[in-house]
Amino acid sequence: MSALLAELAVPFTYDYMWKAMWVSALVGAVCAFLSCYLMLKGWSLMGDALGHSIVPGVAGAYIIGAPFAAGAFFAGILAALGMAFVKQHSRLREDATIGLVFTTLFALGLLMASLHPTSVSIQTIVLGNILAIADEDALQVVIIAAASFVVLAFIWKDLMVTFFDETYARGIGLKTRTLKLVFFTLLSACTVAALQTVGACLVIALVVTPGATAYLLTDRFNRLLVIAVAIGTVTSFVGAYLSFFLNGATGGIIVTLQTLIFLAAFYLAPKHGVLAARRKARVARDRALAESKSASVAEAA
Amino acid sequence: MMNRLDTVKRGEAVARPASIAVNDLTVTYPNGFTAVRDASFELGPGSICALVGVNGSGKSTVFKAIMGFVTPTAGQVRLCGLPVEKAISQNIVAYVPQSEDVDWNFPVLVEDVVMMGRYGHMNFLRIPSKKDRLKVDEALERVNMSAYRKRQIGELSGGQKKRVFLARALAQEGRIILLDEPFTGIDVTTETAIINLLRDLREAGHLMLVSTHNLGSVPDFCDQVVLLNRTVLAAGPTASTFTQENLERTFGGVLRNFELGGHALHEDDDARRINVITDDERPLVFYGVKSRKKKNAKKQDAKKKTAKNQDADQ
Ligand SMILES: Nc1ncnc2c1ncn2[C@@H]1O[C@H](COP(=O)(O)OP(=O)(O)OP(=O)(O)O)[C@@H](O)[C@H]1O
Ligand SMILES: [Mg+2]
Repeated sequence: MSALLAELAVPFTYDYMWKAMWVSALVGAVCAFLSCYLMLKGWSLMGDALGHSIVPGVAGAYIIGAPFAAGAFFAGILAALGMAFVKQHSRLREDATIGLVFTTLFALGLLMASLHPTSVSIQTIVLGNILAIADEDALQVVIIAAASFVVLAFIWKDLMVTFFDETYARGIGLKTRTLKLVFFTLLSACTVAALQTVGACLVIALVVTPGATAYLLTDRFNRLLVIAVAIGTVTSFVGAYLSFFLNGATGGIIVTLQTLIFLAAFYLAPKHGVLAARRKARVARDRALAESKSASVAEAA
Repeated sequence: MMNRLDTVKRGEAVARPASIAVNDLTVTYPNGFTAVRDASFELGPGSICALVGVNGSGKSTVFKAIMGFVTPTAGQVRLCGLPVEKAISQNIVAYVPQSEDVDWNFPVLVEDVVMMGRYGHMNFLRIPSKKDRLKVDEALERVNMSAYRKRQIGELSGGQKKRVFLARALAQEGRIILLDEPFTGIDVTTETAIINLLRDLREAGHLMLVSTHNLGSVPDFCDQVVLLNRTVLAAGPTASTFTQENLERTFGGVLRNFELGGHALHEDDDARRINVITDDERPLVFYGVKSRKKKNAKKQDAKKKTAKNQDADQ
């Protein structure tokens, strides 16, 4: 028994594991915060798009030895502007625009990485590698995530009004355009951070699943945020911890944990869950049945 | 005098009485269509003004221009003497659009939506005070929606949704209130309640601009009217402006005009006639035999009459 406990405590004896767990938790938290807005607006794929689009930026930064965050950020902004531009100047639907822009940039990133295999590891970018993250990269991630969290703490209500009812938001003097710009900036920043923990391919899960899960559990936005952030933080922390035993693939474990929680909510949620819906239907049917029975009894009497 | 100047400086809006001044407003949409041309009117505090015109006459466009949602190609709008943007940032004006373009699945409750009306009064962290909560309760009470306050916003009927957005505008406490067709899809009880509410606000010095197709109720609660057909055809006090002649000009051939009189209406030889003018809604006219009787009796009479008419038709 105590041998097992000792075994389980092993990750906590390594500094790099502490670092990985805390950095993952922070990134998970802030991505979950953003996920609440993203999934409500039906922009979930935007997260995926950004995650892939920043790959050339990261690759470029490693090639020339610049901070990865700067390169990623630059590529992210470029992608967002590119999408806005194509959307405004063509009749293409949003999904086509996003697909077009992000695959192009992702392809460019892969090309750059394959041309410079020594300075860039494709695997690290695509799958993430938080257990082996360099100290200066970890610092960048922490700064990005913490700063985003602080900004969100100040503007979350204004963002909520803007996303719920933009006309009204403008009517009470909110600067909706600026707010949306800030939101997308934060989203790109956090995608960059998440790239380090779960990799480009799984970024989308971090910015969708926690919000989607919380959405099944509540009808109030403030609770949605709390639930989503709690899910994001805990799964990321535990995911990093478990990856010590499972030997790598932190992103895969984090996302699997989030999906398990989502499935539980999907079935068991008190109001919007599958089982709750069945139960309500059954109750309604039983009541109708009982009523018709009592009516026929009354008729007979 | 000095004192007043001080208040003006601190909160410019506080000292200013409500007013709307629209000067030579022209609005051209991006597709090149000019919805409103050279429209001008002026309204002062303590007034309810009806904005009347056919579909597409530019009523909603005028509202959008007043809110600064469309930029005028010419002319200008001033609210309480201030440019639109400034007036909005000072929380002077509340607007309820014709139809709400919101995400009905958004996780907000009715009371959360009404609380949004208070954001302009809160500090930058938007933490509601006791007063804010009180105002939300009051606004919900006034539109008779208190019982639904814990419902998710999508779980309401169309009319109930409308009432919630009206409550939000009320909670905002703007001295200028713009209502774009607030009565469509609203039952009579609520309509009366809302009209009474508007009257109270008028007493308190608010200025309300209300677009409507309910011509019948205009003289009832509006002291001013603006008649619109892609420009202002007439504007002024209801008594002198809301005339049959002006209405016919505003509505052209679209207006339904029922003239009832003589033997079509009653059996004796009374020369007086009833003239029913209506815009989009078809009036339900009962003409009972004895109008002093109870409502029920009157309805039955009306039914009889209809039945008789049908007999005659066959
Ligand atoms: N976004 C737009 N782009 C181009 N034209 C528009 C736009 N919105 C409205 N219009 C046109 O401007 C005119 C005025 O529209 P508006 O919505 O102001 O009418 P309205 O008086 O509010 O009508 P209703 O009684 O149906 O509400 C209409 O002819 C309409 O087709
Ligand atoms: Mg309209």
